[in-house]
Amino acid sequence: MIELGQADPRVVVLGADLSDSTRALWFKEKFPDRFFSFGIAEQNMLGAAGGLSLAGKIPFVCTYGVFLSGRAWDQIRTTICYSNLNVKMGGAHGGISVGPDGATHQALEDCALIRVLPNMTLVVPCDYYETKKATIAVGKMFGPAYVRFGREKTPVITAPDTPFELGKAAVFREGSDISLIANGYMVSQCLLAADELAKEGISARVINLHTLKPLDREAIVKAAQETGAIVTAEEHQLIGGLGAAVAEVVAEECPVPMAMIGIRDQFGESGSPEELLKLHGLTAGNVAQTARKLLARKKGR
Amino acid sequence: MSRESLEEMARLIRIDIIRSAYAAPGATHEGPALSIADICAVLYFEAMRLDPQNPAWPDRDRFVLSKGHGYQALYSALARRGFFDLKELETLRHLHSILQGHPDMRKTPGVDATSGSLGNGLGIAVGMALAGRLDRKDYDVFVVLGDGEIQEGSIWEAAMAAAHYGLSHLIAFVDRNGFQSTGTVNETMRVDPLAEKWRAFGWNVEEIDGHDVSAIAAFIQRARCQEGRPSVAIAHTVKGKGVSFMENNNKWHMSGLTREEMERALVELGAERGDAA
Repeated sequence: MIELGQADPRVVVLGADLSDSTRALWFKEKFPDRFFSFGIAEQNMLGAAGGLSLAGKIPFVCTYGVFLSGRAWDQIRTTICYSNLNVKMGGAHGGISVGPDGATHQALEDCALIRVLPNMTLVVPCDYYETKKATIAVGKMFGPAYVRFGREKTPVITAPDTPFELGKAAVFREGSDISLIANGYMVSQCLLAADELAKEGISARVINLHTLKPLDREAIVKAAQETGAIVTAEEHQLIGGLGAAVAEVVAEECPVPMAMIGIRDQFGESGSPEELLKLHGLTAGNVAQTARKLLARKKGR
Repeated sequence: MSRESLEEMARLIRIDIIRSAYAAPGATHEGPALSIADICAVLYFEAMRLDPQNPAWPDRDRFVLSKGHGYQALYSALARRGFFDLKELETLRHLHSILQGHPDMRKTPGVDATSGSLGNGLGIAVGMALAGRLDRKDYDVFVVLGDGEIQEGSIWEAAMAAAHYGLSHLIAFVDRNGFQSTGTVNETMRVDPLAEKWRAFGWNVEEIDGHDVSAIAAFIQRARCQEGRPSVAIAHTVKGKGVSFMENNNKWHMSGLTREEMERALVELGAERGDAA
């Protein structure tokens, strides 16, 4: 954010009383005139972001994803997306790994709510470096964009020079027997699962589908055609999330056996991130096991 | 513009509202447009700094019709101010028209913000006014709110923010016609005491006759002299103003118009062939 702020004076940041937690205060220290506190009032904050963009600013709005996508959805839909306004949203605390704060604060539906909106760009980066690249990339494009952040320290699996392109899925590991498609934290788990599967002689392709919208349909079709089976993994409800998005493409263009890992139509609860990830089957071991079962199904066809 | 000219402009806007209502498919919102005709006439023909040849002029004053269902008055004012041809009013709500069922900034030249989902306009105006201050520009941002619309909590979030940031370039009107979609505001959800509420939120508040063009213009002049706080006029109006059988009859919140009703309304408004849209 600070790099963007330095490069472009039009960038302003808006916060809703969680700016310490979302680290937006770092921007405020650097550019006090260009940071606006909106209090605990998300609807107005998103409306005002729309107004700022209409007067030529590039507003970045940052708060927890549950409140951003839930409380202000109408403003995001009707004010921002319908008029294709240049507003950037940072939805923090995405996923079950938010942990102890419990179900009220764990954004598990945000991608579904945001993905359904025309004109929107939706990115779920996999680690620190990708988050930085995604933030800079959405700042440079025109139109509404939403970047989903996790809370917990996430394993760093990319480097500062790893290529990143909005709307373009990244193949992190080549493979021919099965494809593991994930975003966010689950990309790291799929890489670990692929290591495990390799020991058994299974060649798994790992695809980082960081941009949920616009969706890289080509990469999905290619994975279906070349590997014949797809496991998806996400820290989000299966309904309306990454798995559903991939399934929409696969069903329409190239049906192959699929299995999905994610939250199964339920709310979270308090607990440590590790406990919750395990409880909901969001580990490398679960990905590997699901892949094995799916491969058996693929062979049985 | 003189008082007489502004009153004449408001009359023409009312005629356009009736004509466009008759030309549109299905029902339109006659009542809530008629109640703001005078405010729109003063804004577009007296108060606002505009250039119809350059609708995106960065230094222009802005207008947000937060009660988007008053679109017929806005479209008429824009057309008569020269943003687009008056003939377009006949295409209201038709397929592929530049005049959508509610204001659409991407389709209609001169519309500064899309509206229609109630409760959103004041927040948009707060953002525009904040940007103006950041850029050291002196443009004003005008907003028209419905008295039913302000039941939306987001209006009060925005009211708080406007006062918090001392946005003196933000000037609002509450179209206090006493009705909303299904009945009176009082029986649906009371919003009184209105002036006290806005005052308590830190605004400069005046109560005016929303059909008196001089009173509207004078309020705007005083509001422009305010420092450090936004202004709002509680504009007392009559829903359906100007057409006897529509006044205070909430059937006309949204209704279709028969040919006979259209003709009666136009006679009451003194329409002549020359006023035609």
